[in-house]
Amino acid sequence: MRKDIILSGVGGQGILTIATIIGEAATAEGINLKQAEVHGMSQRGGDVQSNLRLSDETIYSDLIAQGEADLIISMEPMEALRYLPYLQEEGWVITSANPFKNIPDYPEDVDLMRALESLPHVVKLEIEDMAKENSMPKCANVILLGMAAKYIEIVSPEQLRESIGRVFAAKGEKIVEMNQKAFDIGLNAVKNW
Amino acid sequence: MAEKKLLLGDEAIALGAIHAGISGVYAYPGTPSTEITEFIQKNPLAKERKLHSTWCTNEKTAMEAALGMSYAGKRALVCMKHVGMNVAADAFVNSAITGVNGGLVVLAADDPSMHSSQNEQDSRFYGKFAMLPILEPSSQQEAYDMMGYAYTLSEKMKLPVLMRVVTRLAHSRAGVEVADIREENQLKPDHERAHWVLLPGNARKQYLDLVEKQEELEESSSKSPYNYVEGLNPEYDYEFGVIACGIGYNYVKEADTDGCHIPVLKISQYPLPAEEIRTMAECCGHVLVVEDGQPFVEEQVKAILSSDYEIKGRLTGTLPRTGELTPDNVGEAIGWGVKRPFGKPQVVMPRPPALCQGCGHRDMYDALNKVAAEYPDARIFGDIGCYTLGALPPFRAIDSCVDMGASITMAKGASDAGVFPAIAVIGDSTFTHSGMTGLLDAVNDHANITVVISDNLTTAMTGGQDSAGTNKFEAICLGLGVEPEHVRVVVPLPKNMEEITRIIREEIEYKGVSVIIPRRECIQTLNRKLRQKKADKA
Repeated sequence: MRKDIILSGVGGQGILTIATIIGEAATAEGINLKQAEVHGMSQRGGDVQSNLRLSDETIYSDLIAQGEADLIISMEPMEALRYLPYLQEEGWVITSANPFKNIPDYPEDVDLMRALESLPHVVKLEIEDMAKENSMPKCANVILLGMAAKYIEIVSPEQLRESIGRVFAAKGEKIVEMNQKAFDIGLNAVKNW
Repeated sequence: MAEKKLLLGDEAIALGAIHAGISGVYAYPGTPSTEITEFIQKNPLAKERKLHSTWCTNEKTAMEAALGMSYAGKRALVCMKHVGMNVAADAFVNSAITGVNGGLVVLAADDPSMHSSQNEQDSRFYGKFAMLPILEPSSQQEAYDMMGYAYTLSEKMKLPVLMRVVTRLAHSRAGVEVADIREENQLKPDHERAHWVLLPGNARKQYLDLVEKQEELEESSSKSPYNYVEGLNPEYDYEFGVIACGIGYNYVKEADTDGCHIPVLKISQYPLPAEEIRTMAECCGHVLVVEDGQPFVEEQVKAILSSDYEIKGRLTGTLPRTGELTPDNVGEAIGWGVKRPFGKPQVVMPRPPALCQGCGHRDMYDALNKVAAEYPDARIFGDIGCYTLGALPPFRAIDSCVDMGASITMAKGASDAGVFPAIAVIGDSTFTHSGMTGLLDAVNDHANITVVISDNLTTAMTGGQDSAGTNKFEAICLGLGVEPEHVRVVVPLPKNMEEITRIIREEIEYKGVSVIIPRRECIQTLNRKLRQKKADKA
């Protein structure tokens, strides 16, 4: 099996943490992985993305070709749309519906939602709101990972949940529990999709 | 199967160097090379061995210190981004003439597509210019393995080795299997003074020696485990063959050359192995050169093959002349169409990076813009760092950004030509990197310029590394001869706006060199420290 995933968002929203959790889970299962990240200037509030490639076979390119991504997982709705040229025909978009408006010409919400809803396979939820309601404002990214979990397939939701335990272990049990709860909130929210 | 570590290309290089028995890394931070030194700074074995890993003031001091360590018989690594090679070039080119004692590897991280850079110069030209062997890994595993190989090659040939990577390898993670760990070299300073004293009489001999080594270097490339041909049957005639350099190899393999019977000559060590190139070309109708960066190989292959042999690549437009390689443009060059079921919707707007909320540079630019508005002829010369973002809205404050330190010297030159007010804006780390000498020029010439050293106590752009001049700026400026009453320190906060604008006005009106130092800690490093404190408490 091969899964090509684009993670996107705005600098500081925590997409690299999502990549780390998926990557850790895959590595524990002996799955090959390449993960291209963005460092440097763009991290200052600009658009950021990471190409995550997982496969049972040898992976050559660090970058995903256009029209090849199986999934776009995005912390921000406009940033999800930015990478559509990379999505394959049957691919899924899993995105936060909460816009992050730090530019003057940010599009109207209705236009943005219309563009998202025109896609054949899209899951969108107000994850920032969900994170706040559950008193875990910094865990929106892990809620998003929970939402995406059943679409990742090459690693199971249970393996991702265990990976969260290992990735956050150094930060203490409380942080692990909170992130696993965030993951479950995302997972349960899309149970019936 | 051996355990695999998930490492960034930069981290694989760092671990490879530690395991190859280096005694020190010398570097100035620069994207995409920074993580190499950061990894060594945190690595337990590096700590146990007490490897040198503190940051240097600039790439030239780094290169020279590493050469000194090599002179003393130990192995050293120098890391920099591609434009850092320009700063280190004097020492780098001459290190090929002196040769080395302990192994010396110079790591240049290029940035095709200019993700975080001012140009996309290709460091392989520096290697050829200095007549040194060049290694160009195609994967994280090769990056790790090649460090051990590079130090062996360096000590065998008695020459520095240049390793060149690009952003997409430096900043991409993959599983890496690690090898055995070598001991450091013993202290054994070179006793051959004639190698190291580059007086013309010695240098001529040394240079001849370097020229004579070239044949052996090409032989080494020809036998290199990192250069090989795949899918070539000399009995066949192929429509075309591919020369795939560095990470270009990955995109070529991704395009299924195995399934399509296209022979591939993988190149990861230079000078180019001419014989292997001729052998493949003989069986192929034409050759496609796939290389990230500038057409370095493409131009050389023209000289290796006969003049009527067809070579395709960046010069022929088969691949784009500028920008990085991608699986898309390489796939197209090999003959595949790009399929794209979805386009980018029109509602998607560009989202450029911006200065952080709460950043001191913001208050500095607010003040500067207020005062500059009173002087229609004012020109503000910028420099390299986060504060270069002051060129973008809402500030649109700076008129130039060229190279490290150029703000001060360009302001001086413009002032010499009659521009008033001529203002320079430079960060603390950039000032010690390359601004101090320019300030001395300005003082000696009594130039009428106002220099703003925007001091956030760190090298912020690259993630908050130590800055060489922290707590020393007033002393440096006074030492260089700036008048004490014209070295002014302010705290860039909105509540101090009136004081800051008054001081800027006063110093613009002063006919001579003045330095204003707005000083407030970077909001990113401050938050990181606060988080750490909180975590320590818990």
